[in-house]
Amino acid sequence: MASSFLSRLSFWPRFFWRQLTSMRNALILLLLLAVAAVPGSVYPQRSADPNGVKVFYDNEPELAAVLDQLQLFDVYTSVWFSAIYILLFVSLAGCVLPRTKIHFAALRARPVLTPKNLKRMPEYLSEAGDSSVLESAMVVLKKRGFRIDRQQDSISAEKGYAKETGNLVFHYSLVGVLLAVGFGGGFSFSGQRVLVEGDTFVNNLASYDSFSPGALFDEGQLEPFSLTLDEFDVVYDLANRANIGQPIDFIASVSADFGQTQTASAIRVNYPLAAPGANVYLTGNGFAPVVTVFDGDGNISYQGPIVFLPQDSNMTSLGVIKAPDALPEQLGIIAFFYPTAEKLTTGAYTSIYPDPIAPLLTMNVYTGNLGLDSGIPRNAYALDTTNMKMIAGRDGPVSAIELQVGQSADLPDGMGSVRFDGLLRFASLDVAHNPGGIWVLLFAALSLVSLTMSLMVPRRRVWVRLISSDRIEFAALSRRDDPNLPQMLEEIVREIRSGSKK
Amino acid sequence: MTEVVLNEPLSQVSLLFVSSALAFLALALVLFSFQLVKLSTVEAVSSEAKAASVGSTMVVEKIAADKMTATERAGFILLWVSTAILGVGVVLRGVAAGRVPWANMYEFSISGAFLILLVYLTALKIKDLRFIATFIAGFALVTVFAAVSLFYVEVQTIMPALQSYWLVIHVVVAIMATGFFAVAAGMHIFYLLKASGRAKKLFSHFPELLQMERIAYRFNVVGFVLWSFTLIAGAVWAERAWHRYWGWDTKEVWTFIIWVLYAGYLHAMATRGWNGKRAAWLGLVAFLSVIFNFTIVNLFFKGLHVYSGL
Repeated sequence: MASSFLSRLSFWPRFFWRQLTSMRNALILLLLLAVAAVPGSVYPQRSADPNGVKVFYDNEPELAAVLDQLQLFDVYTSVWFSAIYILLFVSLAGCVLPRTKIHFAALRARPVLTPKNLKRMPEYLSEAGDSSVLESAMVVLKKRGFRIDRQQDSISAEKGYAKETGNLVFHYSLVGVLLAVGFGGGFSFSGQRVLVEGDTFVNNLASYDSFSPGALFDEGQLEPFSLTLDEFDVVYDLANRANIGQPIDFIASVSADFGQTQTASAIRVNYPLAAPGANVYLTGNGFAPVVTVFDGDGNISYQGPIVFLPQDSNMTSLGVIKAPDALPEQLGIIAFFYPTAEKLTTGAYTSIYPDPIAPLLTMNVYTGNLGLDSGIPRNAYALDTTNMKMIAGRDGPVSAIELQVGQSADLPDGMGSVRFDGLLRFASLDVAHNPGGIWVLLFAALSLVSLTMSLMVPRRRVWVRLISSDRIEFAALSRRDDPNLPQMLEEIVREIRSGSKK
Repeated sequence: MTEVVLNEPLSQVSLLFVSSALAFLALALVLFSFQLVKLSTVEAVSSEAKAASVGSTMVVEKIAADKMTATERAGFILLWVSTAILGVGVVLRGVAAGRVPWANMYEFSISGAFLILLVYLTALKIKDLRFIATFIAGFALVTVFAAVSLFYVEVQTIMPALQSYWLVIHVVVAIMATGFFAVAAGMHIFYLLKASGRAKKLFSHFPELLQMERIAYRFNVVGFVLWSFTLIAGAVWAERAWHRYWGWDTKEVWTFIIWVLYAGYLHAMATRGWNGKRAAWLGLVAFLSVIFNFTIVNLFFKGLHVYSGL
């Protein structure tokens, strides 16, 4: 009675386990995984396109809130996506582990007993021959890599164990890939830093403009090194009329100090710099005009290069200057930079070429409260003008200030003056390391090799039997679809015959 | 990189070749369609009688044994001619651009169509796959037509992100995978048509269902291995160019979806009750995803693979 109770108790778990590890279920989970991955390509993802999520929120806040509840902006880390692939991998383990045991046994076992009726095999031949054929068959089959078992009046041979080995190794490597992705991601980090020509970056957390560490990241992973951007060059296509102005190379010339070694090298797209403990990638670039701002009292209230964000392919760029210490009032400037400026009929400027041939800086100047003292973090690339008054600019009391390199201009109302001192370029660098990457690659490569093995190697059985003193029969069987099976059997028979005649 | 001088006149010559290939493909398609119409009027010689004597694996030879009609032969000559002309167009495009001819959608399409034709014509030497000629000619025709009319761009210097030897490896394998998947998809379509029981006379000339399923499986297997390689090579390249090996970029997402769908197809083929029609549908859906990935995702989805040139 107790045992029947126990067996009833264990029925459901066993039932679910059998369901979960069934081939049909693996198939359904695979299809679910494919379907579940789709929304991640339809909606912007926080991991790949955080700005897209922000724009979505701005455009359709209500819909965005609903989608966010369903984790549709974080599909690949969502509960439901994770549930599917975890179930899939549990199902995989439940299927592959027992098969491994069976395969190990098969590897050690002898080939099967020769079936009674070989005529029922998909390939069958019968010819004249005596027991010397069996001896010859042993040699031929051995040479062809068959595992052979000599039975009374027959030979049972099997080869292609690599098919199942490949199949199992393939599935284990997928588990390896998953683990490497998981742990690698945990210890990974990537930090972004904008560097103007002449600037130096020292590898520590404080130096980064933004930094995204994995869950297991430790600050000690950041190896000490420093990097100076000596020069940033853009090579434009000048040879082909239709492509003039198309950049064909970005080169960040850097001096790197790795502690023991000092090197000068170049970072280019597709060619990151291998620094200690991380690679340094070039991800963006733009102009950094050097500007000096004098306040109404004649003191310097800002001096230095300002990073301008490119707005179009001809590098029309937007920058913001904040001078909180300016007197009598704080100064804020929204500036546009045109590397090769051209005036439109409307009076506005545009850039017609991305390289600085006729550089022009225009400024809309504001006075008032920059809002920096309120404690709210402010975006360095935006100016909040709600508490400010425009004193120069388009549609302002005085038209926008226009400066070429070396020129300076007075601000209206005795608020000071500005000077365009020179032009530098900046590079956006990404310092990134993922220790799991190499393991992902190794397991992926292993999976590819084993997959090929499992799909291409045929598992074949061959039997040779003496049916009477002068008659011999041959048969072959393949586990899966195997178009070359008849040809193989014919060749074997031919070889055996030529062997037995010698 | 060293500056490449583009040869625009030569790219015009290339376009001329590609466009003429279009005409030959269209003619081939017409002839193959005629052939199908002709076949649909006569019943095939009883296949059972022949098949029974030679064994099931020999069934496909039934059509091979049937002599090629003049129409069919002319169709295949035209298909060879169009492949050769298209090949010249593709090579000239590469010479004109001073690099591999698959850096934007136009180039990927013409190279893709060329490789699909080449895979098919090569496979034809080994196995009798004449019965999907209409599909192959039609598919290549649509691809080249879309390339010329929708995706055409003049030769351009390529952006720094594409200047890598991975452009050669990653993309050429992706195109080859697509070629194998396309042949299998053709097989799936005719399989499903035959299995639906319509046009019995016509399909009596086609191989047995089991045989068609097996051929499709073999092509999908090769395609799947190549696709896996594309995925891995893409990740290696992404690590160089985008500072991470995987980031769920829209194109990465769809490459993954396609991989999973074909993995599903392979599982279906090994699952009782799921092979046959269901597996064929799955293979077809997977191939439609390949097309979707190349067209809709390229043109309308936001992502890092912005190389259509449009």
